Amino acid sequence: MTISVAMTVNGKPVSGKVEARTLLVQFLREHLGMTGTHVGCDTSQCGACVVHVDGKSVKSCTMLAVQADGANVTTIEGLASSPDKLHPMQEAFRDNHALQCGFCTPGMVMSAIDMVKRHNYQLDEATVRHELEGNLCRCTGYHNIVKAILAAAPAMKAAGV
Amino acid sequence: MYDFAYHRPKSLADAVSALKGKDEARPMAGGMTLIPTLKQRLAKPSDVIDLGAIKDLAGVKVEGSNVVIGAMTRHFDVASSADVKRMIPALAELAGMIGDPAVRNRGTIGGSIANSDPAADYPAAVVALNATITTNTGKHAADGFFKGLFETALKDGELITSVSFPKPDKAAYMKFRNPASRYAMVGVFVAKTGNTVRVAVTGAGPSVFRVKAMEDALSKNFTSAAIKDIKVPADDLNSDIHGSAEYRAHLVGVMARRAVDAANK
Repeated sequence: MTISVAMTVNGKPVSGKVEARTLLVQFLREHLGMTGTHVGCDTSQCGACVVHVDGKSVKSCTMLAVQADGANVTTIEGLASSPDKLHPMQEAFRDNHALQCGFCTPGMVMSAIDMVKRHNYQLDEATVRHELEGNLCRCTGYHNIVKAILAAAPAMKAAGV
Repeated sequence: MYDFAYHRPKSLADAVSALKGKDEARPMAGGMTLIPTLKQRLAKPSDVIDLGAIKDLAGVKVEGSNVVIGAMTRHFDVASSADVKRMIPALAELAGMIGDPAVRNRGTIGGSIANSDPAADYPAAVVALNATITTNTGKHAADGFFKGLFETALKDGELITSVSFPKPDKAAYMKFRNPASRYAMVGVFVAKTGNTVRVAVTGAGPSVFRVKAMEDALSKNFTSAAIKDIKVPADDLNSDIHGSAEYRAHLVGVMARRAVDAANK
């Protein structure tokens, strides 16, 4: 079954024809060519595919593209305000060396931003570690990821994002 | 995933008629179980009826001493609802323990209950709190609703619209998580209302069940000491790579005692 979908991705209107079974992450990567969102486990465990749909973090490997019809989607590509100005969360990941291979990073950053906003920019280490239960990193041992998120929370507040 | 015909009805009536006459159609709530099932080709529905656009199925309201939760209310919205936290804090805590934040943003109470996964959390709350399940055709009492592994009293074409939870005097939910999937290896929900105590166990058996011996003991004396010698038989419990039936039987006792202690705090 072929279906037309239209949604807003990173502020721009996009549309396409998909099968009913096309996953949101497939639509982003294979139809739109936006490969920043990763597919890690493809079983809703690892969180590499996390994007924001209408402001909420979701695992885009466990959502159909047709379910996002009409929605406002933000991916890792939509965070930086300009090519030379990263989002405070991306900046904090770089400053704190919160990645090694980088595969999990897009999902980590998207989950982290959602986490910071849900907790009104106020987080402690235990909360961050608990909230990261849906994102797996196999390189860093999470330590620097946690540090980066704690550093980004006040930076996001200061930047008003 | 096999392909299917996709429907996105705007109203409950349209959803019911979309299901009618299609033996192989499946309704989809949050999709947190259905989509992984489809991806593994464990199911091959002809049609998927997405309930996500039916706005009046979502939301929490208080009716007298009951909290009524719409079937399409996401776990995150139950966990953060001021009404649920005030009336039945144990239910808000349970919702906040399901999956992870991204899963809680999509998964729904109606989907969880209709699916009757042996390791789902909500069935324990439904049974222990003696909730009433409302559908498009009528009402179901909690006892008798969960029939077995992935099996409920819902008939073909019957859709849950809301679940009504009476406020208990005391309640708590304790869950021993599988460390990888965070599913309940064993979860025990204990609720006390007047002199009635209900103890519901999820994760341990083919579907949620009550532990009568614990309920009787706790009705007389609502302390963890009152149930310390009560053993749950391992005969019909789940045994898999995550834990043996004997281990789960042991965990039921531990989680039940912790839940009673938490309810008494």
